[in-house]
Amino acid sequence: MEGIKDPQSSYLSIKNLWKSFGSFTALKDVSLDIKEGEFVCFLGPSGCGKTTLLRAIAGLDLQTSGAVVQGGKDISNFPASERDYGIVFQSYALFPNLTIEKNIAFGLENTGRSKSEINERVSELLDLIGLPDQGPKYPAQLSGGQQQRIALARAIASGPGLLLLDEPLSALDAKVRVYLRHEIKTLQQKLGVTTIMVTHDQEEALSMADRIVVMNEGKVEQIGTPNEVYCKPETLFVADFIGEMTQFRGTISGKSLVKIGNTELNMVEHRFSQGREVSITIRPEDIIPLGS
Amino acid sequence: MNSANIDNIVARPKGLVKAKLSRDDIIMRGGMIVIALYLVMSLAFPLYSMFSKSFSTFKYDLSKFEVQVSDDTGQFPPTIVSLESLNGELEAIPNDELSTGSGGRLGVTMFFPDFSFRSPVMYRIRNVDNQGRFLVGSTLVTGTDWQELDSNTFRRVQLRPVRSTGLSNFINYFSTPALFKSIQNSIFISVISTIITVILAFWFAYALNRSCMRFKGFFRLIAMAPILVPSLLPGIALVYLFGAQGVIKGLLFGASIYGPIGIIIGSVFFTFPHAFLIISTALAISDARLYEAAISLKATPWKTFWTVTIPGARYGIISAAFVVFNLVITDFGLPKVIGGQFNVLAVDIYKQVIGQQNFEMGAVVSVVLIIPAILAFAIDRIVQSKQVALLTARSVPFHPKPNPRVDSAFTIYCGLVGLFIIGMLGICQFAALIKFWPYDLSLSLNNYQFDKMDGGGWGAYYNSIKMALLTALIGTCVIFFGAYLVEKSNGFKTGRAIFQMFAMLPMAIPGMVLGLAYIFFFNNPENPLHIVYGTMAILVICTVTHFYTVSHLTAVTALKQMDKEFESVSASLKQPTFKLFSRVTVPVCLPAILDIAIYLFVNAMTTVSAVVFLYSTKTSLASIAVLNMDDAGDIAPAAAMGMMIFYTNIFARIVHLIISKGILTRTQAWRASG
Repeated sequence: MEGIKDPQSSYLSIKNLWKSFGSFTALKDVSLDIKEGEFVCFLGPSGCGKTTLLRAIAGLDLQTSGAVVQGGKDISNFPASERDYGIVFQSYALFPNLTIEKNIAFGLENTGRSKSEINERVSELLDLIGLPDQGPKYPAQLSGGQQQRIALARAIASGPGLLLLDEPLSALDAKVRVYLRHEIKTLQQKLGVTTIMVTHDQEEALSMADRIVVMNEGKVEQIGTPNEVYCKPETLFVADFIGEMTQFRGTISGKSLVKIGNTELNMVEHRFSQGREVSITIRPEDIIPLGS
Repeated sequence: MNSANIDNIVARPKGLVKAKLSRDDIIMRGGMIVIALYLVMSLAFPLYSMFSKSFSTFKYDLSKFEVQVSDDTGQFPPTIVSLESLNGELEAIPNDELSTGSGGRLGVTMFFPDFSFRSPVMYRIRNVDNQGRFLVGSTLVTGTDWQELDSNTFRRVQLRPVRSTGLSNFINYFSTPALFKSIQNSIFISVISTIITVILAFWFAYALNRSCMRFKGFFRLIAMAPILVPSLLPGIALVYLFGAQGVIKGLLFGASIYGPIGIIIGSVFFTFPHAFLIISTALAISDARLYEAAISLKATPWKTFWTVTIPGARYGIISAAFVVFNLVITDFGLPKVIGGQFNVLAVDIYKQVIGQQNFEMGAVVSVVLIIPAILAFAIDRIVQSKQVALLTARSVPFHPKPNPRVDSAFTIYCGLVGLFIIGMLGICQFAALIKFWPYDLSLSLNNYQFDKMDGGGWGAYYNSIKMALLTALIGTCVIFFGAYLVEKSNGFKTGRAIFQMFAMLPMAIPGMVLGLAYIFFFNNPENPLHIVYGTMAILVICTVTHFYTVSHLTAVTALKQMDKEFESVSASLKQPTFKLFSRVTVPVCLPAILDIAIYLFVNAMTTVSAVVFLYSTKTSLASIAVLNMDDAGDIAPAAAMGMMIFYTNIFARIVHLIISKGILTRTQAWRASG
């Protein structure tokens, strides 16, 4: 596989990934492509396999079978330390006994950089995340949101090709969360780094992602832009999981007609045959009450 | 589309991904294998040797040897006789006396009543088959070739026994009433000591946790003091208090302290801190909301005690009971000093091995002793895992309210227990400073002239300190590193599970058994590790292994509190795990590491049971010196040496405290700021 350039110029390709833990199958034939510079969210309920997929990409828990190709290189069986990515965990995993500066500099050491280069890079990163004066402090002296940004700075310090975020905002309170969504997104655009974020919060995914991968029970349900997954859900699960909706049983009664109870509604053109029983979902905002 | 459909449509690919190991993975697995090998060498192999020894019997098989005797001119007649038929005619040795130990030797001339080493008669001797073997002088002869010897050489021929495997040692053991009685004795003293200790420790812990009595810190210190002395010391104290010339022997109304009474009182003394610590922990985690509920339901204090307090602490109480039972039944020092004619299992092992040189029977008693020890250990582990589950529940801490009558009653109670502990230590120190008990009570330092006594003198004391320091240093490194590898490495599940099992095993193995197993394994000349036998190294290895489990659990608990993603972050930053280990893991776990070090030091200073089989004249230890001086009748010097161990351990504790408080505040500034 190595060396073969992907025809679709995708930066990261996941091919037929399976992962089992004993008799439990956490990932079932997952395939997807991520373009360079893209911000992709893995979205789904807890236990859907989104974190398992992220950890397989990171080489932390290897998939049972299937391939991961990053930058045209098959890294399927590479250990984490030989892959090219930075990662932020839900717990941030900041080293508690090292100062903020030392935390950020941790990955810059042993890379051929001189001490002054490292210091320069650390203060550049502290400026970038908007915490220029916090370098000498310890992690425990900072707020949750600040710690989160330090973890981000540490992850991007050496300029990895891929940034992985594992539920990075879920440990924060609601206000900080909304603020940091914007911060992370801006930072990602500024750096142009390909980013994957795992989240169970659909609002987070809809507001941050270029594309969303909706997952359920170890399978990919749909891959699309926020607009696509919201307005054109491909499965009932996606329609139900994202946004509010009401579900009805109906019967196809014409080329673009469906009958719910005794009411006949117009709908987009479909491929179902006359008289077929179908599920109809309607978003609340699509119902426009008309004055009598 | 449901999942069943998907599974049908996409056939699962066959090509499984096999992980490519990183350098760190390889280093960590290598490290784990090295430490696992250490445990195999220092635990599994010795225990295996001991078990196989307990099933081995040695017997002179006379049918394996044939002899020919010449006439006075040196001409051999054609007759060949086997020693068996010779013995049948002469009845030189009754058949049931042909059993022996592995080192047994039998002079062959006893089968020739008119043998004279000056006679011109020549002898020929050979083994009938490959199993037979005999010594000519110091040369071992195997094989079936005839050896022709003159009578002067023939008298130096010694037969060697044949080894066979079977249960006959056990049959022999259980048909010897004197030995068999020890099982009953051991269980008796262990059960009685357990009941008394747990009750005393429960109320002591209850007073410290649930009342507003004064001097709590002081009593907590006193309660822990017995941990700092060898278990022999309370025995010596009891001799001075209740012995033939004891200060208050009248209190026994004529009963002898030498026997079960002495063992039980001494056992209560040395097991008290263990029971106190466990029960105290259990009482400390109680939930105040339950008491508030009891009050609001108008329950009487008595009823609240039985429905809230006891159930809440029951795992602690059960766990304490099994720990105490295990400590008493496996203890050797105390019954050795104060047991008199009352035989217990641990002392039987010693007597069989050191007294009678009957190693096989020592191994049999060891196997018998392992059974209750392992049972108690297993039950304790099960109970402890339930205790952990209680701990994780979120509870509101209980704050006792002052109650002058109850508080003063508890102060008196704790005062009495404290007096018992201080009294035992005090009488030892007093006796050590007395010129000649009980006739000349003037003070003198004569008893500190250890060099004039048996047991190793001051050299033994310095050896002990050296051994304890080495044990603390090497043990802490090995144990913490091992715990790190098993906790933090990736994959390799079976290997890690086996390692965990090895790490738990030492706690279930009594010290006497471990020591004896070391003799069998390390004193075998065919073992290349034989070179450590009789050195300081074997004492350190044995002590590290003996106290491995508790230290391992301390390390694992500390490591579990670390964020489990540190290793992942470090790998993603392409930094070697070793850097993370030295710059983050070790500094963060420093308090636990220091705890392990002091635990190993104190135990290395006080241990007797395992090392009693392993010391040599050059490596005698202070605790062994206490034992040997007491054995030789030098009881006052034994008390003096025991108190030297006590003061050394107090000193070590203070150093530990200074390091923990002092240096840690500097290196762990991050902790305070949190």
